[in-house]
Amino acid sequence: MASKAYDAGVKEYRDMYWTPDYVPLDTDLLACFKCTGQPGVPKEEVAAAVAAESSTGTWSTVWSELLTDLEYYKGRAYRIEDVPGDSESFYAFVAYPIDLFEEGSIVNVLTSLVGNVFGFKALRHLRLEDIRFPIAYIKTCNGPPAGIQLERDRLSKYGRPMLGATIKPKLGLSAKNYGRAVYECLRGGLDMTKDDENVNSQPFMRWRDRFEFVGEAIQKAQQETGEKKGHYLNVTAATPEDMYERAEFAKEVGSPIIMHDFLTGGFTANTGLAKWCRKNGMLLHIHRAMHAVIDRHPKHGIHFRVLAKCLRLSGGDHLHTGTVVGKLEGDRASTLGFVDQLRESFVPEDRSRGIFFDQDWGSLPGVFAVASGGIHVWHMPALVTIFGDDSMLQFGGGTQGHPWGNAAGAAANRVALEASVKARNQGREIEKEARDILMEAARHSPELAIALETWKEIKFEFDTVDKLDVG
Amino acid sequence: MNTGSTTGDYQTAQTLETFGFLPKFTQDEVYDQIAYLIANGLTPAIEHTHPSQATDHYWTMWKLPMFGQQDMGVVAAEIDACHRAYPSDHVRLIGYDNYSQSQGVCFVVVEGRG
Repeated sequence: MASKAYDAGVKEYRDMYWTPDYVPLDTDLLACFKCTGQPGVPKEEVAAAVAAESSTGTWSTVWSELLTDLEYYKGRAYRIEDVPGDSESFYAFVAYPIDLFEEGSIVNVLTSLVGNVFGFKALRHLRLEDIRFPIAYIKTCNGPPAGIQLERDRLSKYGRPMLGATIKPKLGLSAKNYGRAVYECLRGGLDMTKDDENVNSQPFMRWRDRFEFVGEAIQKAQQETGEKKGHYLNVTAATPEDMYERAEFAKEVGSPIIMHDFLTGGFTANTGLAKWCRKNGMLLHIHRAMHAVIDRHPKHGIHFRVLAKCLRLSGGDHLHTGTVVGKLEGDRASTLGFVDQLRESFVPEDRSRGIFFDQDWGSLPGVFAVASGGIHVWHMPALVTIFGDDSMLQFGGGTQGHPWGNAAGAAANRVALEASVKARNQGREIEKEARDILMEAARHSPELAIALETWKEIKFEFDTVDKLDVG
Repeated sequence: MNTGSTTGDYQTAQTLETFGFLPKFTQDEVYDQIAYLIANGLTPAIEHTHPSQATDHYWTMWKLPMFGQQDMGVVAAEIDACHRAYPSDHVRLIGYDNYSQSQGVCFVVVEGRG
């Protein structure tokens, strides 16, 4: 290669990082950013600046650049597209050579792609919409500790979504009373229960005491019902050492599953814990506290589909995805788009679902989609239709708010779930016929009849803030 | 199946995973599930075990899975034959999914007397 002379000073980013003729390689990591530049800054310059600042570039030329081959290592903005229905923003597509990233490190990928560049002054807003991970990179990641298929086999749960609940009240119960609430849910017909995300190890209930009582609740419910049961013991903690100590004890008390908050806990903790789970035969449930801070603004931050893809690579067997129908934000097409990213082995580009790239997941196991938050029995047929069998449907208030208590609430939900699955298999349109299916099922289940009466008026009808970009 | 009371005293019930909370299926309802299984490209299979061992992963296979079987009547007849041969046992119907290497259908069609 011919040597170049050193020319100190500031060059325009687009001279080096805007390469519209570039054809991305199969091994490149591709990203789509929604960019909103400051007035007067050309689109190509903005796109090139994003590519530069998220890869090899800095604001000034430096002499040591000439000691390497930056043409090999640099990120390249290779395409710009209009955002439908939005004249001030545009999509910039950037290709990154695979050698920019440490193998198996989502931490490293995110530190580059959503690092300093998000505070860049030439941009008013910036949002990472999607990442195409090359199969070569995916093969370096551990991924889900078990995955959908193995979890079903371990727990003998087939041909239907699983059923769960978050134990309420979320804070303040003693360990023994908490274990009681778990036992009641499990004996009544739930497959699993869950620690609320902010249950860690507070003064009112230290983790070790909770784990012991919950362990007994699981064993007793299994013996009495003859079914496999579990409770996601939350091992999210202040330090990795505490986290592993709790994980070991969860295994000791006989829970098949533990839980982690992947955003507040961080990807380093999450990836480490996922590897521990694989090694120890434990399942890993993933909660997503803090996600709406990052993903809800339509022009700034990171879309949840990216966080979901990162989680599948970092490792988790369940991930919360929203419910579409409950109390929390979630557009239907967009939600189904990232649910596919969690469960399928190949997902084709589909802009109508917010999917910007073909994504080949290779042999990486699938992740159960978790629907949780403000759902109750009346939603059951819709949830079965939207999420299908490979999902975990969680009814917190919708189980424990039953007038006869948790066990009856659990039974009501289980009857509604099985009636919906049975009807679906019979070829009925269960979303349209929801009322008939549930009322029919309630004739042999007084628990369901009361539940239907209790929640008949509850709806959460607000418009979605973060919509898909359509003209 | 549970027999919940109307007084709010919920009795814990022994259930058998999927469809364990619904009333026993009629012959027609069993046919509906066999039709679903076949229409979805799953392979029908039958297993049985004594109720005291129902929580084991492995039950005894009744012959081999019915690879390529498209006739609902044949599947239903095998369920009956298994039940007649082992009247004390639970009998379950499985739909093997060779793509996901899992089971798309699995439920107890006949509860054994034990």
